[in-house]
Amino acid sequence: MRRISPWSTPVLVVSAVLITFVITAGPILAAGASPIEAYVAFVVLPLTSQFTLLEVLVTSTPILLTGAAVAIAFRAGYWNIGAEGQLLLGAIAAAGIGTMVGGLPPILALPMMVAGGAVAGAAWAIVPALLRVRFGIDEVVTTLLLNPVALLLVNGLLHGPWRDPVTGFPESPRIAASAEFPTLVERSRLHLGFLLAIVVMAAAWYILARTPAGLRLRATGLSPHGARFAGINVGATLLGAALVSGAIAGIAGVSEVAGIQNRLTGGLSPGYGYTGIVVATLGTLTMPGVAIAALFLGDLTVGASSAARSLGIPSQLGAVVQGVLLLTTVALLAVRRHRTRPADAAGGGRPGGTADIAAEVSA
Amino acid sequence: MRQPLRARPSRTHSRQRAVTDSAPALELRGISKRFGSLVANDDIDLDVRGGEVHALLGENGAGKTTVMRIAYGLTHADAGEVRIDGRPLTVRSPRDAIEAGIGMVTQHFALVGPMSVAENLALGRRSRGLVLDLAEARRRAAHASERFGIRIDPSATLADLSVGQQQRVEILKALSRDCRVLILDEPTAVLVPAEVDALFATLRALVAEGVAVVFISHKLAEVRAISDRISVLRRGTLVGTVPGSTEERELARLMVGRPDFGIERPPDARPAAGDSVLTVTDLHATGTAGLPVLTDVTLGVRAGEIVGIAGVSGNGQTELVEVLAGMRRPTRGTVRVGGEELAGGDPRRMMRAGIGRIPEDRHASLIGDLSVAYNLVLERLDDFRRGGRIDEPAIHAHAEELIARFDIRARPDDPVAALSGGNIQKVLLARVLSRNPRVIVVSQPTRGLDVGATEYVRSQLLERRAAGAAVLLVSEDLDELLALADRLIVMYEGRTVGEMTRSEADLERLSMLMAGREAAA
Repeated sequence: MRRISPWSTPVLVVSAVLITFVITAGPILAAGASPIEAYVAFVVLPLTSQFTLLEVLVTSTPILLTGAAVAIAFRAGYWNIGAEGQLLLGAIAAAGIGTMVGGLPPILALPMMVAGGAVAGAAWAIVPALLRVRFGIDEVVTTLLLNPVALLLVNGLLHGPWRDPVTGFPESPRIAASAEFPTLVERSRLHLGFLLAIVVMAAAWYILARTPAGLRLRATGLSPHGARFAGINVGATLLGAALVSGAIAGIAGVSEVAGIQNRLTGGLSPGYGYTGIVVATLGTLTMPGVAIAALFLGDLTVGASSAARSLGIPSQLGAVVQGVLLLTTVALLAVRRHRTRPADAAGGGRPGGTADIAAEVSA
Repeated sequence: MRQPLRARPSRTHSRQRAVTDSAPALELRGISKRFGSLVANDDIDLDVRGGEVHALLGENGAGKTTVMRIAYGLTHADAGEVRIDGRPLTVRSPRDAIEAGIGMVTQHFALVGPMSVAENLALGRRSRGLVLDLAEARRRAAHASERFGIRIDPSATLADLSVGQQQRVEILKALSRDCRVLILDEPTAVLVPAEVDALFATLRALVAEGVAVVFISHKLAEVRAISDRISVLRRGTLVGTVPGSTEERELARLMVGRPDFGIERPPDARPAAGDSVLTVTDLHATGTAGLPVLTDVTLGVRAGEIVGIAGVSGNGQTELVEVLAGMRRPTRGTVRVGGEELAGGDPRRMMRAGIGRIPEDRHASLIGDLSVAYNLVLERLDDFRRGGRIDEPAIHAHAEELIARFDIRARPDDPVAALSGGNIQKVLLARVLSRNPRVIVVSQPTRGLDVGATEYVRSQLLERRAAGAAVLLVSEDLDELLALADRLIVMYEGRTVGEMTRSEADLERLSMLMAGREAAA
C-alpha cells in the first residue's frame, strides 16, 4: 500500500545497475573488450580472491564514511557538498596529532587522533552551517567553495612548515608508529579505519532510526515548516546535522592518514568527499543503502583497475560506470516519484532536485 | 443582476431551451481511473454544454476533481474518452486541453509569486516571437478585468495579493487563453460571500457568451445558486445529473446517501463569564515587505467560550494565527495566556503555555511523509522516550488510541500524505486536542472537508468549549461562525474593527464591517 512494489528501493537500485550495464556496453565495446567479460572483471572477479576482497574493503572505507556523512546531512535537508574539505581538515588534524603522540600508547593516541579529526572536520563545517542557520545563505555554495580552500591549506602546509625535513618532498613527516591504525588482517592493507567506519555507520543508523534526535532530524529534512510548527528547533537540528556530518567526514580523513598514507599528502583524497555524495544518493540516504553502495563502488574501483591490466581497457571505464550508475539511479528515483505519487499530491509543488531524494526514501 | 447566494434565480424558458439544444462542448465517455486499490472514477459519462454552468457535486474523495483533471490532461484515465464538440480529443497534457479550448483553475495555483499580475498572464499565453510584450499583457489584463468584472491591478505583485485575488488572476489567465470550457475546482473555498457574488456574476457573464463552466463543489447552497445542471458523484460513480433547481435535501441525499446533515449548536446553557484566558493586546506585526499586517489587535477569549474571527481573507487573520502559533514574531503588543506573557515565543513556548494550534494550512502543519503515529507525537517526543531511544510501542499504542477516539480512517504506519483531507484534519485535531489545551487557536477548520468530517470537527470544538477551553476560531465561512461562536470579532486590514455577540450578529452588519465600513449602530 505504501509503495508500489515494482518501485521498491531494492528493485529500483538493481534496475539501475542493469540499465547502467546496458548503457556502458557501448564504451566498453569501443574500447575493444567484451562487455560481459568486462562486467565480470569489474564486479565478480574482485570478490573471488581474498586479496582483492580485502582491497575492496580498503577502497570502500573512506567512502563508507563520507557517504554516511553526506547522507546524515541530506536527511536533515542540509546540503553539505563540503565533505571533501572536511575530510582534508580531518587529515591535517590526524597528521598533526599523529606526529606529536609518539610517547603515548595506541590506546590513547588513536582516540586522540580520531577525536581531533572529528573536531577539525566539524570546525570546517561550522561556518557554512552558521551562515545557513542565521542568515539563510545557501550551504551548497559555501560548503562547495570551502573544498578548494581546504586543499590549498593542505598544500600550503606541505610546501611550508610541514615539508618532510628528510626527503624534502611536499609530504608531512611520518606519524608516530603508535598513531598508525593497526591492520585487521595479516599481510593486507585492511586497517582499523574499516571497523571504525562500520561502528560510525551503525551508530548513525541507530540515531536516525531509533532516537528522538533522529526523528527530529528526519522531520526537519522532510518538512522544515512542519517541524518548526511542531516545536522542533530547526536551526539547531540543521546545525547539529552539519557538525555531525563534518565530524564523520573528518574521521574519513583520519582513517586515510592513519590507515593508508601514514602522513599528510597532497593526493590523499581522489575526491572521496564527492564520491560520498554519489554513495549517499545511490544508497538512497539510508545507512544500509550507503553501506551497500560504498562496497559496490569499492568493488567496481578495484575491479576496474585490475580489468585495465587483464583486458587492456582504460581504467577510467570504472569511473564511467560509476557516473552512469549515479545518473540512472537519480533518473529512476525521479520516475518513481512521478509514478507513485497521486497526481493531486504532485500539485503541491515540492522543490525539485536532490531535496526530493530525502523525502523519497524516508517515508 | 446580482443574485443573493441563497435565492435561486429563476431561469427564463428560452434560456433553458437554448441550453438544451446546443451540442455538448465537453463530453466524457466511460472515464475510469484507479489509484492503486482506490477507484477514483468508475465509468463516468458526462456532458457539459456551451452556455451552462454545470456543477460537479460530491463529498471529498468522490472523484470530482480527478475526472476533471483527466479532462484537462493533469491525470491520465485508465479507460474512457474525452470529446470536444463531438470530436474525440487526445489529452496527453494540459497543453492539448488548452489548445482545444479547455481551461482549469485548480486549487493549487500555478502562479509565480514575485512577478506581476500582467507578467503572470503573459506567461500563461503561448508566446509568439521572442519579445515578451508586457504592455500587451497589461492591456489584455485590463480588458479581461473589465469584460468579466474581475477587478485586479495588472501591475500588482502576485505574492502581495490575497488567495482570493490570486484565484481571480488564475481565472483571468484561463480566460485570456480564449477557453470555451472553464473548469473551476472548489473556487469558492477561498472566497468570502461578496467575492462569491462577484465570481457568480462573472460566471453568468461567461455562460451568456456561450462558455461552458464546470463548477466543482461540495457546497449545496452555492451549487444551487449558480448551476443549470448538477451532476452528483459518490465514491467514484456518477449518481445522476439533475436540474439546478433540485432541492438541497435531495442533493444531499444523492451526495452522501443520507438526508440529514449540518450542525445545530445547542442553545447557550451558560454564557462564559470571568476573565479571559487568552488575551491579546495592541498586537502589531509586519509582513514580508515591511508593511503592517496586524495593527492594534486586541481581543480576549474566556474559558468555555468560542470567539469567532470574521473577515475577508487577507485581512490579518493568517498572521494573527501565526503569531499565536509561535510562527511569526510580532513587532509590538502582548499575548497572554493565564497571565503568562508569550508574545514572540516560539512554537514550543506557545504549546507549553497551553495553546493548541490548528492553522488553516493543515498539510504544512504536519509532515506528510512521516507516519500518522509519528505525527501524532511530534509535538511531545520527550514524553515518548525510553532511555535515549524512541518508545515505538508507546507511540504505536498512542496512535491506535487516538485513531479510535477521533475516528481517523488510517493505520498508524500510513504516511499522513496518503490520507484524505478530512482525515489529515482529524490527525491534526487529535494531536492538539489529546493534550487538553486550555486555549485552542483554530483557523478554517472545515475548509475543503466533506459534510461528515465538517460535522465531526465542529462537534469536537463545541465539546472542548463545553469542557472549558477558550477557543479562537478563524473562519471565512460565516455560517460556521454563526453556528459555533459565542462572540464575533471582525478583522479588516489587520485591525479588529467590530465585535458583537452571536445574538447581535446579522449578515448586514457583518458584511458592512467586513467591507471596511463602520457599522451604523
